[in-house]
Amino acid sequence: MVYQRIDSNRKIKMSFLELQNITKIYPNGTKAVNETSLNIENGEFVVFVGPSGCGKSTLLRMIAGLEDITNGEISLDGNIINKIDPSERDVAMVFQNYALYPHMSVFNNMAYGLKNRGISKEEINNKVNDVAKLLEIDQLLTRKPSMLSGGQRQRVAMGRAIVRNPKIFLFDEPLSNLDAKLRNQMRLEIKRLQRQMGVTSIFVTHDQTEAMTLGDRIVVINNGVVEQVGTPKEIYSKPNTKFVAEFIGSPQMNLFNCKIENGIAHIADMKINLNNSTNLDDATLGIRPDDILISDNGKHSCVANLVEYLGSDMIIYSKIGDQEFSCKLSSKINLNSGDTFKFDISGTSVHLFDNTTGSRV
Amino acid sequence: MKKYISSTINHFILSIGLLIMIVPIWIIFASSTHSSLFINTNGLQFFLGDNFIENYSRVLFKQSGFFNEITALKMFFNSFVMATGIATLSVITSLMAAYGLVYFKVKYATIIFWLIFITLLVPLELRIMPSYIVMSKLNLVNTFAGLILPISASAIATFFFRQFYKSIPDELLEAAKLDGTNSLRFFIDFLIPLSKTMIAAVFIFMFVFGYNQYLWPLIMTTSEQYWTVVMGLKTMYGSISDRFAFVIMSMIPPVIIIIFLQRLFIQGIFQNK
Repeated sequence: MVYQRIDSNRKIKMSFLELQNITKIYPNGTKAVNETSLNIENGEFVVFVGPSGCGKSTLLRMIAGLEDITNGEISLDGNIINKIDPSERDVAMVFQNYALYPHMSVFNNMAYGLKNRGISKEEINNKVNDVAKLLEIDQLLTRKPSMLSGGQRQRVAMGRAIVRNPKIFLFDEPLSNLDAKLRNQMRLEIKRLQRQMGVTSIFVTHDQTEAMTLGDRIVVINNGVVEQVGTPKEIYSKPNTKFVAEFIGSPQMNLFNCKIENGIAHIADMKINLNNSTNLDDATLGIRPDDILISDNGKHSCVANLVEYLGSDMIIYSKIGDQEFSCKLSSKINLNSGDTFKFDISGTSVHLFDNTTGSRV
Repeated sequence: MKKYISSTINHFILSIGLLIMIVPIWIIFASSTHSSLFINTNGLQFFLGDNFIENYSRVLFKQSGFFNEITALKMFFNSFVMATGIATLSVITSLMAAYGLVYFKVKYATIIFWLIFITLLVPLELRIMPSYIVMSKLNLVNTFAGLILPISASAIATFFFRQFYKSIPDELLEAAKLDGTNSLRFFIDFLIPLSKTMIAAVFIFMFVFGYNQYLWPLIMTTSEQYWTVVMGLKTMYGSISDRFAFVIMSMIPPVIIIIFLQRLFIQGIFQNK
C-alpha cells in the first residue's frame, strides 16, 4: 500500500493505480470514456470487458500514455502520471497484433527496452535468457518474428513485457488473433505467469469467457461508462444493470418484459412469485438459462421450438407469450423439438431490473 | 502441353527483348577491341579483336578536353563523386522529410507534402538560371558542392518514403515508445532498418539520375577538371575505337551499383515475406 501525504496530520490510503473521473473526448467530438473512476490494488488482475467500441481500449491506452486524457487524473504508485511520457511510466503493453519489431531478432525484441534503460550487456543477457526459458522460447532467440508462428509471436510479445519487470502489465486483446485451442492454452499461461510474478495487470477483452476466467476483478464497460466492477462471481450472480446481465454469461440471460404486482411477476399468462412486495409497471425479469429447472411436475409448461445439442448440455429454445427464451439442461434428458416440457422457476434465482433506469431492483 | 507452349512463347518474347537490348552494346564492345583503321575499312564488328588492352588503357589515361587538362579516369572519378553525393544526400533528405511529415504533428503536413511534390513539375532544366545564380553567389561554381547541392533533394523519393512510413502500423511506434525510445532513436533503430530496401531502390534511382546529368555540370563547370563522363562522351574527339571504348566504360559504374545493391534488394524482399 502506498500512503500519500495530503496535509501534515492526515494520510490517506491510495490504491496502486487510481483513475479519477477520467474522460476522453476525441477531436471529432466522440466521447470514448466518460467520468470513469477506478481503483486497482497492487498485484491484482483486472479485466476490462465490453462490446467493441465501448472505450475499454481507450482507457487502457490512457493508462499506458498512448492517448491524451481530456479530463481527470491517473496516479500510479502514488504519482500522478497524466503528463508523464509513456516511456517513463514503467508500464508494459502487449498489443493485439503483437507489434513485434520485424527487423530485430527475438532476443533484440526483448532486449530493446532494457538497452534503452542503459542496463549492462551481461545483465540484459541474463534477463532475456531467464524470461525466454520461462516462456519456453529460448530456442527461438535468434529468429526474426516473420519466422515464428502466431503462438510463438504471442510469447515473444509477452516476453518483451515481462523482461522489463514493469509496475503494470497492460494487455490489449492479446488473444484475439489466435485459434480457439491456442487461445485457451495462452489464457491459462497468462493467468499462471501473472500469479507467479504478482505484477498488477489489466487485460482488455470483448470475450466474456476470457474475462470470467482471467480476472480477479472484472470491469464491465459500455458506451464509455463503467457499468459494474466486481469479482467474476459477483458480476455473474448479481449483475447491477440489464446490460451486464445480458453481456456476461453464455448462453445469454433470458430477459422478459413484465409487470410486477405485489411481488408477483406476470409474463404473458405465467406468474412467478418473487417472495417480496415489489410493484413495478415496467420491469425486466432476468432468468439465467440454467436457472430454469425442468421437472415432470413443474408449474409451467412450454413447447420446445428448437433443441441444440452441445454434448454434455443441450439448449432448448421456446416462447412464453411472444417472448423467446432459452434454457440449458443436461443432455441426458430426452427431449426433442416439438415436445412439451414442464419447468419451475425459483423466485430467488431471478434478477429484476427497472426498465426506466436499467438498473437492478 | 498448353503450359509448355505458353512458356515457350514467353521465353521467345523475352529473348527478342534481350537481343534488342544486348546486341547494339555487344557490337560497340566488339568493335572497341579492334583498331580504328580496321573498323574504318571493315565496318562494325561482331567478333572480338585483339586491341582490347591497348585501346582501353589509351582512352583511360589520354589527356583530353580542349586544353588537355583531363583524363577519362578523372572524369569517372568526377561522375562517381557527383552521382554518389546526389544519391546519398537525396536519400538522407527525403528520409528525414518523410519522417517529419508522417510522425510529427506538423500542421498542414499534407499541404506541405504536396508543395514538395509539386517541385516534380519544375525540373532542374527549368530553374537552371536561378540555380546557377544562387550557386555562383555562394562561390560554388567549379566545386563538387555546386554540382551536387541543387539536385540533392528529391520529391519522388520523399513520396516513396512517406508512403512506406504510412504503411508501418502505429503499434510499432507505440510499442517502441513504451520500450523507452525517443524520436531520434526510433528513426535510427526502426525506420532506417525497416526502409533498407527502399533506401537501396532510391539510391540506385538517384545515382543513375546524378550520373546522367549533362546540362547542369556543363553550366556549372568552366574548368575541365570537373568534367563528368556524360560531358566527356560529347567531347571525345579521338578515333572511332577510342570513342566506343569510352562508351562501354561509361556504362560500368551504374551497372556496378545496381549489382551491389540488388543483393540488398532481394534480401529485403525475402525478409518481408
